[in-house]
Amino acid sequence: MPSDEDEMLREMGLRSVDDLFADIPSAVRISKLDIPDGLPEDRVVARVTSMLAANRTVVDMPTFLGGGLYDHFVPASVRAVVSRSEFYTSYTPYQPEISQGLLQALWEYQSLICELTGMDAANTSMYDGSTALGEAARMAHRIHGGRIFLIPRALRHNRRAVLANYVLGAGLEVREVDYDRESGMLDLAKLKGSLSPDVCGVYIENPNFFGRFEEQLEEIRAMTNGVLVVGVNPIAQAVVRPPGDFGADIVVGEGQPLGTQMNFGGPLLGIFGCRQQHIRKMPGRVIGLTRDAKGHRAFCMTLQTREQHIRREKAMSNICTNESLLAVAAATYMAVLGSNGLRRVAAENIRRAKELAGAIDKITGFEAPLFHGAHFNEFVVRRKKGYAPVHRALLEKGIHGGLPLTRQLPELSDAALFATTGRHTPEAVQRLLGALEAFR
Amino acid sequence: MNFRQAYWDEPLLMEKRSGPDSAIDLEDLVPAKIRRDQLAIPNLSEHDVVRHFTRLSQMNFGIDTGFYPLGSCTMKFNPKFTEELAALPTVARIHPDQDESTVQGALRVLYELQDLLARIAGMNAVTLQPAAGAQGEYTGLLLAQAYHRERGEERHEVIIPDTAHGTNPASAGMLGFDLIEIPSKDGRVDLKALEAAAGPKTLALMLTNPNTLGIFEEHVLDIAQIVHDAGGLLYYDGANFNAILGRTSPGKMNFDIVHFNLHKTFTTPHGGGGPGAGPVGVKKPLEPFLPVPVIGLNGRGYHLNYDRPKSIGKVRAWYGNFALLVRAYAYILRMGGDGLKEVSDRAVLNANYIRHRLAGVLDVPFGGLRKHEFVASAAKLAAERGVRTVDLAKRLMDFGYHPPTVYFPHLVEEALMVEPTETETKETLDGFVEALKKIVKEDPETLHSAPHNTAVARVDEVQAAREPILSWRTLKSRKPLS
Repeated sequence: MPSDEDEMLREMGLRSVDDLFADIPSAVRISKLDIPDGLPEDRVVARVTSMLAANRTVVDMPTFLGGGLYDHFVPASVRAVVSRSEFYTSYTPYQPEISQGLLQALWEYQSLICELTGMDAANTSMYDGSTALGEAARMAHRIHGGRIFLIPRALRHNRRAVLANYVLGAGLEVREVDYDRESGMLDLAKLKGSLSPDVCGVYIENPNFFGRFEEQLEEIRAMTNGVLVVGVNPIAQAVVRPPGDFGADIVVGEGQPLGTQMNFGGPLLGIFGCRQQHIRKMPGRVIGLTRDAKGHRAFCMTLQTREQHIRREKAMSNICTNESLLAVAAATYMAVLGSNGLRRVAAENIRRAKELAGAIDKITGFEAPLFHGAHFNEFVVRRKKGYAPVHRALLEKGIHGGLPLTRQLPELSDAALFATTGRHTPEAVQRLLGALEAFR
Repeated sequence: MNFRQAYWDEPLLMEKRSGPDSAIDLEDLVPAKIRRDQLAIPNLSEHDVVRHFTRLSQMNFGIDTGFYPLGSCTMKFNPKFTEELAALPTVARIHPDQDESTVQGALRVLYELQDLLARIAGMNAVTLQPAAGAQGEYTGLLLAQAYHRERGEERHEVIIPDTAHGTNPASAGMLGFDLIEIPSKDGRVDLKALEAAAGPKTLALMLTNPNTLGIFEEHVLDIAQIVHDAGGLLYYDGANFNAILGRTSPGKMNFDIVHFNLHKTFTTPHGGGGPGAGPVGVKKPLEPFLPVPVIGLNGRGYHLNYDRPKSIGKVRAWYGNFALLVRAYAYILRMGGDGLKEVSDRAVLNANYIRHRLAGVLDVPFGGLRKHEFVASAAKLAAERGVRTVDLAKRLMDFGYHPPTVYFPHLVEEALMVEPTETETKETLDGFVEALKKIVKEDPETLHSAPHNTAVARVDEVQAAREPILSWRTLKSRKPLS
């Protein structure tokens, strides 16, 4: 039997596949790629697996990092669902009739995010929490017109850095509002001093960067006519009143805690929701409810006139490919846990973090949580004699401490942000405490 | 081919019968002022949840289900071994803030992938940070702006041919740049129009080559010359990279910046709309501006370098879509330089073969060879029989094919953009051609009312946009749709 290639070439009257590249001028041709030849599958698997074995996972090494990403348990059902190749090998559902399954799953994701946050609408995702914040600032400007966007000074530096690049084209100025040194919450007097008619939006986080619950949403809403953007941890939302209750206009957040592994920082899930009155100014893909020609309920992508392929340079955003499969994972995660499971996980996180902070605080020389009041699943630990040697010593003992705050906020250069999710075993916690004891 | 998609009259999660809420004591845990008493997410059995999503999956079509010639999207086979690698705990369960000494394997994969991509594209340096092609464009334009600024120049015009992907103008628009769109001539960049457009304000030209018609821009070096003479930079939109692997490279074509769509050319699965990955490669003069951190290697091992004073900063919170980058890295090792060249050879052969076989069935405007895709037009069919591209697309589903990209690029009337990719056999391509041949002869009414064999009939997209219902909350608050 002739090969496919030979038969196709013969049918087209060509001698060689080279004939099909005759339109590439010789001046730009290359003879081959300057990389090694291919390897059999088994050798690639062996090689990549052994290369990655140099990593120390959170399984090998008790790790107390959070700062935006968290090691939550993911039920196996989540992976089973997103491993359905009908989902993961499909493209964006441009043709709704043949893509109802994914469209319904994404609409359910939007609905679940709305329940968590108290918003009326959500998109199918942004790239991550940081780009969701960037897009929210741009949207606040579209809604309000003002040129200043206020953010907490206590904000993870990578979010701020991404935000800075997202507001460039809109000509927005980002200004910081300091935190209260006692409570760790936003300093309302400072916020008041920063507000002006040119402030298009105010961004706050609950829980905030320090893991501290922000209890002043109502007061902050009352202070500003600008767009209120609230950043959330979706798991905490199960036990905390939704931003919608406090009059927030836009809710963003990092959705990774909802059924996605940490994956060394990607892929992640940018949560983005808003009130119904703002939906035509929202970025990203959204799924709407409608009917088919026979009157059956059906779903399709909608409000596409906001998007790049229709609106081109006037589009709300350039986003096209997003993180849809992770949105399906999040929907599955929330459905598997249900209200009861989500609230239990959230409460357990708070309880565990409280216990851990209490135990660290008992060790002479350490203070935890540094800020007074209620926290979610992370908190600041301070060692007045200096934290850096502690971090190094923990690593030497095979324990990864929290995130040192030197690079984030200079006044906290003797502190670190510790997180726990309820996944740490009692032995892991004891190892940490034992190692900290050595610094008494 | 006969095809009938499953249909389940599957209720929404929120319509299923929920178990009772169990009481939980939050009094000592959450301050009363912000404490939540109730969360309206149903309590379902795990079995029912898995069954729900399994049923939904059966009402979805992926490349594992059937042929998916969606132009510009490169829907090729996603190898299964890369899925296994990406699920390893050494990928999934590492935190991006871990000390460098504990993630040497991950950093090595990133470092080596940067190098492989740079070699493939003929570039000098690569950042893996962007999450998707559009974000790659955004990053690339930021790099171009930084480059010009260092030379004391404020340039704000981005030139884009009328065949460009919608993300190109949208990325430029987001950054507040002025867009200069130039018309095509015979499906290619009009050099005269380009000469007229290029000048001291030109920041960059964004071009994909082959372009969205599948036509290779033979005058690419002249194009580069015109833009460079004006002091502008050349940006390569890598969406169509699958056409040229091992035959030419963006670097060889004198492009300065390129983005890769790893979810296209390097076959990380598209996940129903993402996640993707959109690394960006640059020539030497642009390297200082790359996002931080840059992955480096020194005597102590691999490390994250933030000490880059000229850097544009960050576009993502961490280092890119790592689990996707691992898949792409493994795919490149598997294919190698020899295998990747075969990829493009076969992708181009398959596209030209379908085009050849469709002669006399559908017009393909503009002469000459095609690369990995081609754009047909149903304009004649629409004029003669009232059958439009949308009808052909919907009817193709009844035969078990995902439709091509439709109504793009805009300069082709009633466009169908067909990209078969290299992993399809002649048998599959022939089946697709036969189905189209049959469809164009069918009774127009059958086509207007198509699809008939999918989970639902033709969906009313106008209604969805007129009164947008984007959540269960909104649905509950409205009168039921009649």
